[in-house]
Amino acid sequence: MPIHIIDRRLNPGGKSLENRQRFLRRAKSLVQGAVKKTSQERDIKDVLEGGEVTIPLDGMHEPRFRRDGGTRDMVLPGNKKFIEGDYLQRSGQGSAKDSGPGEGDSEDAFRFVLSRDEFVDLFLDDLELPDLAKRKIAHTESEGIQRAGYTTSGSPANISVSRTVRLALARRIALKRPRKDEIEELEAAIAACTDEDERVVLLAQLEKLKAKIKRIPFIDPLDIRYRRFETVPKPVAQAVMFCLMDVSGSMSEHMKDLAKRFYMLLYVFLKRRYKHVEIVFIRHTDRAEEVDEQTFFYGPASGGTLVSSALQAMHEIVRERFNPSDWNIYAAQASDGDNSYSDGELTGMLLTDKILPICQFFAYLEVGESGGSAFDLSDSSLWTLYERLRNSGEPLSMRKVSERSEIFPVFHDLFQRRETAQEKTAP
Amino acid sequence: MTERLFEGADWDFHILQRITDACEEVATKDLGLDVYPNQIEVITAEQMLDAYSSVGMPLFYKHWSFGKQFAYHEASYRKGLMGLAYEIVINSSPCISYLMEENTATMQTLVIAHAAFGHNHFFKNNYLFKQWTDADGILDYLDFAKKYVMSCEERYGRVEVERTLDAAHALMSHGIDRYPGKKKLDLREEEKRAGRRRQHEEEVFNDLWRTVPKGASKTRSAISLERRRKLLGLPQENLLYFLEKSAPRLAPWQRELLRIVRHIAQYFYPQSQTKVMNEGTATYVHYRIMTKLHQQGRISDGNFLEFLQSHTNVVFQPEFDDQRFSGFNPYALGFAMMQDIERIVTNPADEDREWFPDIAGKNDVMGVLRDVWANYRDESFIAQFLSPKLMRHLRMFHLHDDPEERAGIRVDAIHDDRGFRRVRRELARQHDVGYIDANIEVVDVDLSGDRRLILHHHVIKGSQLNETDAKRVLQHLADLWTYDVALIEVDGNDKVLREYVVSPRPIPVAA
Repeated sequence: MPIHIIDRRLNPGGKSLENRQRFLRRAKSLVQGAVKKTSQERDIKDVLEGGEVTIPLDGMHEPRFRRDGGTRDMVLPGNKKFIEGDYLQRSGQGSAKDSGPGEGDSEDAFRFVLSRDEFVDLFLDDLELPDLAKRKIAHTESEGIQRAGYTTSGSPANISVSRTVRLALARRIALKRPRKDEIEELEAAIAACTDEDERVVLLAQLEKLKAKIKRIPFIDPLDIRYRRFETVPKPVAQAVMFCLMDVSGSMSEHMKDLAKRFYMLLYVFLKRRYKHVEIVFIRHTDRAEEVDEQTFFYGPASGGTLVSSALQAMHEIVRERFNPSDWNIYAAQASDGDNSYSDGELTGMLLTDKILPICQFFAYLEVGESGGSAFDLSDSSLWTLYERLRNSGEPLSMRKVSERSEIFPVFHDLFQRRETAQEKTAP
Repeated sequence: MTERLFEGADWDFHILQRITDACEEVATKDLGLDVYPNQIEVITAEQMLDAYSSVGMPLFYKHWSFGKQFAYHEASYRKGLMGLAYEIVINSSPCISYLMEENTATMQTLVIAHAAFGHNHFFKNNYLFKQWTDADGILDYLDFAKKYVMSCEERYGRVEVERTLDAAHALMSHGIDRYPGKKKLDLREEEKRAGRRRQHEEEVFNDLWRTVPKGASKTRSAISLERRRKLLGLPQENLLYFLEKSAPRLAPWQRELLRIVRHIAQYFYPQSQTKVMNEGTATYVHYRIMTKLHQQGRISDGNFLEFLQSHTNVVFQPEFDDQRFSGFNPYALGFAMMQDIERIVTNPADEDREWFPDIAGKNDVMGVLRDVWANYRDESFIAQFLSPKLMRHLRMFHLHDDPEERAGIRVDAIHDDRGFRRVRRELARQHDVGYIDANIEVVDVDLSGDRRLILHHHVIKGSQLNETDAKRVLQHLADLWTYDVALIEVDGNDKVLREYVVSPRPIPVAA
């Protein structure tokens, strides 16, 4: 009896992926709630790491007719001292073993592990980038190759055998090239032939066929076809994200931490929407400079505060390196709200005239000390300025944050789907 | 002395082949087993998890509940709460056994002997499997089911299909024919039939029929109850079958889906009735094969000890007051009974001659066992072959728990002369699906009135349906039936204990 032994280990895994996705889709709202809850308890660094979530099983329950209660009979092994007619106390050893194992705890909650991608997907699912229409096709990024029919010339590596043979077959049929069995038949007839005259005729016929075979080749250079490929430019959307931060003395570590969290979320978010995302860090006191990430968050600096310097720097960098027709530009500014009074006008002008027109999105995040009640007393100078600009119709998003736990809701708030805005304009 | 099959723990495909050949030699020559052709597949842990979530089948239609299973298994596996099975075996021809790649060479030998010969023989020869399953057709049928579900999703939308499948799954445990019908199930034919039916519908479709005015419908209120029941084939315990045939407003594709779920439930029906026997057979076979290979010197002493260790783990039966106890271990009980039968056949005591006059001292162990494996299921097997010696050995006793009884749980019978038969009868009953599954049947439909579907649950020993689940299942049932559904729980004296009435949810019905 033949026995087949098959190595399936190399088969593509993830056969259950589809089912898993269906399950997640079905449990979406539940899982999403769980994801947000989990992410709030986590550090930002591993906020998007995936991991275990627990959802209530209600709603994902698969009901069956099952019975409970009533009189029960059971046969058990391991009798040590009972004899017929004994009574066992119910609360004691007798009842410890009734319900099926695992039934109870799988009932109310359901734990499972999400992969990183699934986690990010669910985490950012209901968020949307504003003004997505402005995607640009970059010129350099990549060119893809794509099949484009057949050609009569090309490199031998690209010969299309099936097409070539097909054409050759068609040609042979069209030109009536004799087939091998025809010749064999004829040869057999010659061998069997006794009549000399007929033999001569047959021989002549055979010669003719053979000559014809020589004339009409099995595969002619005419038949050969090559697969043709074409290069096509592939559209690649790219984005640049500007992080602007006030690093003057008034910004505490806590405030910087808040800002950092926000930038990270923004980065993860952009990264999912665009294949290519660049980050530019600009820190400023009373003058601005472009720095690397480490210096941005941790480098010491002190001085006064001139917001316009950062905006000016951003404007220059955009002009030099990021042509707005090629790049989607996002900017997020974090500050404690202080600004030199005289700078207000310049800042407003730079924003309205130069920055906002080229940005997809400009967010201002005002960070405060933990506890944050001081916020409510009076608005900071920057807040007042931006608020005025926003009221005059500039596309500015601004929020105040003073606690770590607020970062995600604020982020969420800024990027949630804009259907509501459209609805407002519609009627 | 014969050459060793392998040394140490490593194996390769060449060794697997040798192992399989050696096992086959013992299985066919010494044990006289009759098996389907074998196909052995080596898989990874991840693939094993995949297989878990599609009830062990190599292919299955897509449904979220399998994803849920997968997520659940994966989580508990990653946390180390659960080990994976060493193998999965599929009742098909050829018989497919999945082996985990992590297994050592000894374990692979054990698993091949267990699955590819033990289970395989049982699948091929047991009367339940012969009657209810079609090993040749199952893989093709599953392939058809998968494609059919997929095409339905394309045509009618995923949500609609999911809703139908959810409902069908809820009723799956009551979508089984418990009594053999007139003809054997032929899954290949099934698949062709579905195709033909669709084609026929397309060919004869004529939109004009819709416009033909209908005459006043004949009132047939005078149909007698008897006749109505006969027309509808009532009482009917196969709820899915009843819906497929008689639900008034289901679309043809929905009926086909119900049919698919029903066939699959039926395919697994014998497995649930033969757990003890099936595992007992496989364990007994692997034990015999391994011992023989060791005797022949094909397995070294060290490897044999490794085998014995896993074997004893598998057949371990904790006692009732042990923390690990969770009912009878089918491997342990099955293996113990098989060995006990071997003892009775070869070396019976007087007691055995009295209890088992047919087989005691017959000396043809394999002949007797093969006959047992072919002609019994768990319930009848235990009722027939559980010996007093084994009951004493396992120290079995019977508890009777009546909630009305204030004094507590009564010990009804123990492993003594007075109790043997009662203990055995009770244990057999515990393995009888007739007692395990709730007995629910469709008894009537009010055709002339509001088309209410009436079901009865015959309550045994006061054990009623779990309320929340019953309501949910009935909701699914009502959605398929599209009119009200009433479930009445009655006890042995036809006294009504409880009545559920559920109305269908307002959903867009495909007319």
